[in-house]
Amino acid sequence: MAEIKKVLDVAGVSKRFGDVEVLSDVSFQVDKGETICVLGPSGSGKSTLLRCINWLERPDAGQIYLNGERVGINGAGIIMSDRDLSQIRTRIGMVFQHFALWPHLTVLQNLMEAPVQVQKRPKAEVRDEALALLAKVGLSEKRDAFPARLSGGQKQRVGIARALAMRPDLLLFDEPTSALDPELVGEVLVVMRDLAREGMTMVIVTHEMGFAREAATRVLFLDRGRAVETGSPERFFSDPETERARQFLQRYAGDIANGRR
Amino acid sequence: MIHDFGIVWNERALLLSGLANTAILSALAAIAALLLGFILTPALMSKQRAVSSAARVFVDGMRCVPFLLFAYIVYYGFPSFGVRLDNWTSGLAALTIYNAAYMAEILRGAWVVQPREPIEAGIAFGFSEIKLFRRIILPPLLLSAGPVIGNQMIQIIKDSAFLTIIALPELTHAASSIQSRHYVPFAAFITAVFLYWGLCLVIEAGVSSIGRVAEARR
Repeated sequence: MAEIKKVLDVAGVSKRFGDVEVLSDVSFQVDKGETICVLGPSGSGKSTLLRCINWLERPDAGQIYLNGERVGINGAGIIMSDRDLSQIRTRIGMVFQHFALWPHLTVLQNLMEAPVQVQKRPKAEVRDEALALLAKVGLSEKRDAFPARLSGGQKQRVGIARALAMRPDLLLFDEPTSALDPELVGEVLVVMRDLAREGMTMVIVTHEMGFAREAATRVLFLDRGRAVETGSPERFFSDPETERARQFLQRYAGDIANGRR
Repeated sequence: MIHDFGIVWNERALLLSGLANTAILSALAAIAALLLGFILTPALMSKQRAVSSAARVFVDGMRCVPFLLFAYIVYYGFPSFGVRLDNWTSGLAALTIYNAAYMAEILRGAWVVQPREPIEAGIAFGFSEIKLFRRIILPPLLLSAGPVIGNQMIQIIKDSAFLTIIALPELTHAASSIQSRHYVPFAAFITAVFLYWGLCLVIEAGVSSIGRVAEARR
């Protein structure tokens, strides 16, 4: 059996905004090929946790390792230069709630921008790969369109393809379907499900309980900034350990039963 | 009256060279002011207080000085500090520095209303510092601020008329020499007005073509 490798190791991460402790001592690990869904009530720190992983937010305490390499702090124990931090960020793809596509670039240019400009990969190679990724998310015909001309679901599929174009070791999703009209959620989840099946390593903050149950290899339940529970989705959804998780799931129970989420 | 315009027509070479000088001066100043704005704007938006305050003092200070006074200071005042510039250099410097403050403020205004997420995506995808500004932040700013920048360029053309006081041979200077030589104030000045108007139409055309580019992306 192949050796299982930790892609991500989050150890004791804490973060305060002023007086509010948003994350306190959160630890979890992600193996290669895992899909971790981070669940929890709004305001529980899910998005902040995700943003701490690639240091869009600087954690106040704790360590983050990507494939064994410390993120944000260099060998001498001081905060990385912007340049070093940028290098490590290119290995962590991110998909945003509001898509965050670059409005002045076409769809294809959005995919090629960072691989060419930041990773300095050859343009022709990046272009071929980007076209293949657009085909994969079903948007080949939109390659020359500007983001403003796309539907929300199309924008988010471009967002995912753009992240994949970086060939990341890890993909972060920050509520990727929360800004979508209900009828557009499905097309995005299909793409994400395919990625999970292909063994992409992903950390997904989501409110899509049905998706988490089906596609996650593991669930991390966050409540008031603490990692309260982690385990297989089967266990978590049928028999959660904590009272908080039980209450949380009850609110979604109707949705899950109806197969809406 | 027709006779007056006939005199102006006979002096057309002088007027056209004034027009050319105004166009060259304004174009150079507009480009330089915009480029300076590209440096000033990130300074205005800097998280380092010292940097943003210094930029703020410059921008606000510049915008509160009448341009005519500023041009006087550059041409007549700087030599007392040992900086002696000819009228072309000091005129161009005055126009550039003065309007850079406006350009910076225009770009800053466009920046603060930009959605935060695409810029964050730039950071998350490994862009930083100059490259982040140049590739991710600036292009949408230019598209959305295009009309206001065009407006400022028109302002630059009109400000350049003040430089007649430092004997720069631009359009107003040419018109005023024709009038003082031949005593045809109305014909000389109204002709200059129409020539300024023509220059502004060129800018307007440029702005509307930027507008079309921006519209496709909005």
